[in-house]
Amino acid sequence: MSLVLEGVGLSVPPTEYLRDISLELPRGTMNVLLGPTLSGKTSLMRLMAGLERPTSGRVLLDGKDVTGVPVRHRSVAMVYQQFVNYPTLSVYENIASPLRVQKVNASEVDKRVQEAAKLLGLQPMLQRTPLQLSGGQQQRVAIARALVKRADLVLLDEPLANLDYKLREELREELPRIFAASGAILVYATTEPTEALLLGGNTATLWEGRVTQLGPTASVYRRPQNLAAARVFSDPPLNEIAVEKRGAMVTLGNGQQLPVSGALSGLSDGSYRLGFRAEHISLGVSRETGLNFHGEVKVTELTGSESFIHVDAGHGTWVCLARGVQELVPGATVDVHIDTRQLFVFDTAGHVAAVPEMAATA
Amino acid sequence: MSRITLDGIAHAYRGSAQRPEDYALKPLHHVWEQGMSYALLGPSGCGKTTLLNIISGLIIPSEGRLLFDDKDVTRLPTEKRNIAQVFQFPVIYDTMTVAENLAFPLKNRHMPKAQVEARVREIADILDLTPDLNRRARGLTADAKQKISLGRGLVRADVSAVLFDEPLTVIDPGLKWELRSKLKAVHRALDMLMIYVTHDQVEALTFADKVVVMKDGSVLQVGTPLDLFERPEHTFVGYFIGSPGMNLLPTAVTGNRARIGNREIQLETTYPSFTDRTAQLGVRPDHAILAAPGQGLPVQVQRVDDLGRVRLARVMLGDHPLVATVPDDMSVPTGEAGLIFQPGRVHVYVDDRRVEGVAA
Repeated sequence: MSLVLEGVGLSVPPTEYLRDISLELPRGTMNVLLGPTLSGKTSLMRLMAGLERPTSGRVLLDGKDVTGVPVRHRSVAMVYQQFVNYPTLSVYENIASPLRVQKVNASEVDKRVQEAAKLLGLQPMLQRTPLQLSGGQQQRVAIARALVKRADLVLLDEPLANLDYKLREELREELPRIFAASGAILVYATTEPTEALLLGGNTATLWEGRVTQLGPTASVYRRPQNLAAARVFSDPPLNEIAVEKRGAMVTLGNGQQLPVSGALSGLSDGSYRLGFRAEHISLGVSRETGLNFHGEVKVTELTGSESFIHVDAGHGTWVCLARGVQELVPGATVDVHIDTRQLFVFDTAGHVAAVPEMAATA
Repeated sequence: MSRITLDGIAHAYRGSAQRPEDYALKPLHHVWEQGMSYALLGPSGCGKTTLLNIISGLIIPSEGRLLFDDKDVTRLPTEKRNIAQVFQFPVIYDTMTVAENLAFPLKNRHMPKAQVEARVREIADILDLTPDLNRRARGLTADAKQKISLGRGLVRADVSAVLFDEPLTVIDPGLKWELRSKLKAVHRALDMLMIYVTHDQVEALTFADKVVVMKDGSVLQVGTPLDLFERPEHTFVGYFIGSPGMNLLPTAVTGNRARIGNREIQLETTYPSFTDRTAQLGVRPDHAILAAPGQGLPVQVQRVDDLGRVRLARVMLGDHPLVATVPDDMSVPTGEAGLIFQPGRVHVYVDDRRVEGVAA
């Protein structure tokens, strides 16, 4: 029981929006589409909904080919980033609207509206109109409407992007729980790696209209199969260096030579790109193994639980993460250490050549 | 040089305020200093945008005076206030080049050409716009356009203040990191008074020297990011700053002992008794550490969220849900566990305000 995309593409020459996408999205779990703006998330959802017909490939719902079946003949509910409600209707009628269209009888409508309103904490405001509500409440109304419809496929397109930070935290907690009981296939698009990690389930990373990886969310995060997936799934951004490996030494872009260790040891000679996340850099530390640099502190950002230190070690600016408060003065020189056991190594085509030793067992 | 003084500024959208809840912004006294950066942070409806609009001149406050240095500007229109603004969406001229866009605010004020060029080069350099200076703005990405908007806001050195209204909302997460650090570098380099409105605590904490936390038209705390994290003066500040926010637990405090349900913990400092008022303990998830069963307070683990660089456990202490940090070396805990509050990291709140204890 799932939604399957088989080699789906969407192009309007000369532009190719989606290329050769194959995915299986099961019921009973959150399916996250993670990618930056313009990576194809919304186009992909429009294909899933039947709002758009793919120019190649097939869409199968529970084994049945639905390619080209228009949205009105499918069982789909969608929640958008913008709060879409009927401004003149009460909250009650907004939630009830898809059921009115389906000509569901009044007592059943009332039962479902009350259920959804209860789940989303909207009961006290059913008689108001959407514009009398806060943004968070307006989006709850849109979500409740998607819920009462009992659609086979629920598409959530960055549903929390326009909400306050704290409201986002709350709803992100609630959403998987709210829809869990509905038995629908859930698809959730987001640009934020942390949101994907919090939602759990499965994640497909998108980059320039392609799915670069699909798998259980935590495993895609820990073991990205290619540079594009690693970049999309890193916040702060992935730090990178290009290197040339020859025998027991690696040469960096600026001519600096360092001895090979950790993830680099087993590789054949050639050009590679090393990727490492902010938490894999240690500052003020120099060790015999691993990669050691001198860097200049550019900016320090504190959030209390974490400090982000932007450092230039001659390879562009890297963002380093330290737990707690570490206030380093801009302009100061600092030792930068990277544990080679935590490196992602990519070949020139962007495929992973070695995963961190630590991730392999995680 | 410039300083902004809010002298009893308050605003009610419907005429004069009769009751406290009529105010969109309750009476405020603050002085904002030259060279500092401030973030106005709070949920929708907290009054942060009203306050920004009062400073920019879009709203004339119903009470109080607004001073730029010693000059009363309360009723002056925006164009006479000598401020620069950056909005949520790019505001630029598509048909002009990047350089012309940056130069526009300066040419409008008849700055000599050589000076204009020098300043445009300086700003373009800080924002990494130099390679694009001669390109038309039309073909650029939304991100690049917002960088130009930032540049236009920063290009005049003689403004009293630069006001930012959620300038990074439309920017992708990756680029946010870059732009935030650029803004911070600009602020260091240019010695300007900057005021930044946001609902995003990470933006506020990472950008500003001082963060102004607002709720329901009131300022609850003005402090450095560290103050807000380590000593939130109000339970709402504890909740709003930090993700997830501070854990709050009903308690009864006697001397240096705090009772939670049928358990007691010892506090680092001593408190007077407040039997007739609501007391709460506040402790951040960062300082509530999960441990083996039998250590600290007994809790039931409900779920563990793996956020990649940290793991957070949702636990129940009796009937109270709490969030705790799972130590790196602990395997994923299930069922019963212990919870240890780090000494000195537990705050006591009475009627939502923090009470300072006395060293025992």
